[in-house]
Amino acid sequence: MRYDIRFSGSGGQGIITAGILLAQAAAIKAGKNAVQSQSYGPEARGGASKAEVIISDDEINYPKIISPDIVISLTQEAYNKYAVDLKDEAVIIVDNTLVHEYKQDGHKVYAVPITASVKELLGSAVSANIATLGVVNEICKIMEHQWLLDVVISNFPERAAENNTKAYNLGIDLAKKVME
Amino acid sequence: MAYNYEKYIRKGRLPHIWCPGCGYGIIMKSMIRAIDAMGWSKDETVIASGIGCASRLPGYLDFNTLHTTHGRSLAFATGIKLANPELKIVALGGDGDMSAIGGNHFIHACRRNIDMTVIVFNNNIYGMTGGQYSPTTPLGAKATTAPYGMLEPDFDICKLAVAAGATFVGRSTSYHALPMEKLFKEAFSHKGLSVVEIIAGCPTGFGRKNNQKTPTSMLLWQKDHAVTKQMAEKMSAEELEGKFITGVLYHDTSKKEYVENYDAVTGFSEK
Amino acid sequence: MEKKRERKFLQGNDAVALGALYAGCKFYAGYPITPSTEVAERLAAWLPKNGGRFIQMEDEISAMAAVIGASLAGKKSLTATSGPGMSLKLENLGYGYMAEVPCVVLNVMRGGPSTGTPTGPGQADIMQARWGTHGDHPCIALTPSTVYEQFSQTVRAFNLAEKYRMPVIILSDEIIGHMREAIEVPLEGELEVIEREKPACAIDEYKPYDNSVLVPKMASFGQGYRYHVTGLNHDEYGFPTNSAKLIGLQEERLIKKVEENYDDIVQVEHFMCEDAEHIIFAFGSSARASKDAVLNLRKKGVKAGLLKPLTIWPFPDREISEYASKVKDITVVELSVGQSVREVSRAAGGRCNIKHIYKVDSKPISPVDIEKAVEG
Repeated sequence: MRYDIRFSGSGGQGIITAGILLAQAAAIKAGKNAVQSQSYGPEARGGASKAEVIISDDEINYPKIISPDIVISLTQEAYNKYAVDLKDEAVIIVDNTLVHEYKQDGHKVYAVPITASVKELLGSAVSANIATLGVVNEICKIMEHQWLLDVVISNFPERAAENNTKAYNLGIDLAKKVME
Repeated sequence: MAYNYEKYIRKGRLPHIWCPGCGYGIIMKSMIRAIDAMGWSKDETVIASGIGCASRLPGYLDFNTLHTTHGRSLAFATGIKLANPELKIVALGGDGDMSAIGGNHFIHACRRNIDMTVIVFNNNIYGMTGGQYSPTTPLGAKATTAPYGMLEPDFDICKLAVAAGATFVGRSTSYHALPMEKLFKEAFSHKGLSVVEIIAGCPTGFGRKNNQKTPTSMLLWQKDHAVTKQMAEKMSAEELEGKFITGVLYHDTSKKEYVENYDAVTGFSEK
Repeated sequence: MEKKRERKFLQGNDAVALGALYAGCKFYAGYPITPSTEVAERLAAWLPKNGGRFIQMEDEISAMAAVIGASLAGKKSLTATSGPGMSLKLENLGYGYMAEVPCVVLNVMRGGPSTGTPTGPGQADIMQARWGTHGDHPCIALTPSTVYEQFSQTVRAFNLAEKYRMPVIILSDEIIGHMREAIEVPLEGELEVIEREKPACAIDEYKPYDNSVLVPKMASFGQGYRYHVTGLNHDEYGFPTNSAKLIGLQEERLIKKVEENYDDIVQVEHFMCEDAEHIIFAFGSSARASKDAVLNLRKKGVKAGLLKPLTIWPFPDREISEYASKVKDITVVELSVGQSVREVSRAAGGRCNIKHIYKVDSKPISPVDIEKAVEG
């Protein structure tokens, strides 16, 4: 098995962190080979950035994705720039809080109101990247939810655990809804 | 009784490269006497320098000695001190070395307040390369690269040091051998970054072009223009015109020494 | 119970910091620069807990100077930078070669001359590493291409620095420095860690720059052997000299200590090279793409192999020369218009065809591009 997963969004949305957490869980908890890399501009906030994760049973050499199996886009600019070179059966997940123009045909497309829902539940969109992980893992069944959640919790201060768990589980629920 | 310098001079390293009439030998001897008075062992003492006439000094002395790249002695010394804070460090260089090419290292060393002493040998000129103007060449003075006279305003090394955050700043001259020795001892005793500027004459590179044709006239110029801090306090602005102030100009013991503070804050432990 | 290696998911730059601690690094001085800054950030946190000290200097020049100073005082020391910073470090790097002071310099290569592309990869500092500082001088430079190698080659860099008493450069790149993958962290004692040889002779017999041996023993400041260190040509005691004989002896010894230890210093990896008709020469991030290219070419029945240098300086002449006389061609893959290809051509000496594929648009070369170059 091999997944080529591309997270895209704007600087500050935590998409690189999301990529790192997914890859770390795959490498440490699931015992897979996993490589995470990123591409970004000079902006610490704003702009379009991407984080790429490759998870595989085989050795991973070239660390960049040529054609993704899964693309997640949290902003319109990121969708336009990074939802490209897709495999035929690729999964596209857009956060329709900020992405409004996207192709609905040709691929498995899921529009999920991630940022808006997190903000509504927790009062802030800070954990939207964690909810995104819940969404992706529920739709694509990459690994056991608990493995990923354990890694999420262990990477942040203890006080963030509660909100991150809520955000992750919200992601699972949102995914279930759009898959119905 | 004459002081015996032999204990601190490396055998076979003299004669030095300095011109007849250069003030640097006087500074070296005052330094030796002050180090001796401090009771520093030769093994625990490091003398670092940059490039230039003054920077040849460490080679003559029997300590751990380091002749670095131009202007960089303070940066090398910073590494030495952080690696082994037990070592006593004196970093020295000329006016060009410390305030031009090494100016950045100079101000940041002052700001950090690492326990070491910086001695700036100020002869107002680049001596080794043959008399080019430096950041301390007085306005209008002649230099080989200032044939029409120096166009740039000069640095006041001591004011620069105080402004940058040095916690001990003093000045003396090569004429004042004994007050200079006393000043060195006070600087060496200070915990933190101390800066001592010594005004010295360069008869070959500066004096010849600027109406101070003999070494004696250069020394007399220093004698006539140096005003102690105590005397200066009683003098008017007109009286102080063209003079420079000597002695301890600034002393602050309230600022934390860098390495001690680093170890305390980071929980450093030898392992 | 037997201790097992811990599996850690690490960024390439983090692995350098971890490798430095493993090797016994006790001092880091640096200046912030993308894409190397994470090394400084990690060591700022980790060094004081591991018996070392960290300082952020006022510039790249002083960071290099401080690292040499700390090493003179007996501590293993590291600095990390990228192209623009490397340009500034060259002055004191030369001092390190001349005064024979061990230390490790990491250059996480980014794109372009001048400020270039800070967040894009480059491999065009190869010649700078070799010839950047003025004058004839020795050079050892290592080229890791995985996060594990970032760790292990850092340990090796410290070992070579201490063994040959000179600065050693690690040439990484933005992709390897910033990517993350899992490594099994070696246990203490698993990798060799070489300590500096210090003198034990009588004080007045000590020659810090003894020309009768290739690598004289090095005393630490404060140890009791008071000696002189200078960037000027010096005699065997470290004092400046104008003696033609002494200058010549010292200069040649500096070069010889690396040249005569080629076998110990040069490390290369041969991947599917035994029966290869086409060799790909690639290092760093380009070696990763090249490995995929070899696997894909083999599937198509093309007998390709990868020669991956872990030591780029001294250049692996002997290995290239050996392949040149038995393969059809060597394809050089690099993120440079042509630096390592010049060396490969020189080493091959016209005995096989040399192909070259490069990219300098801040993007990596893909396996497909490499396959086409080999097949074309």
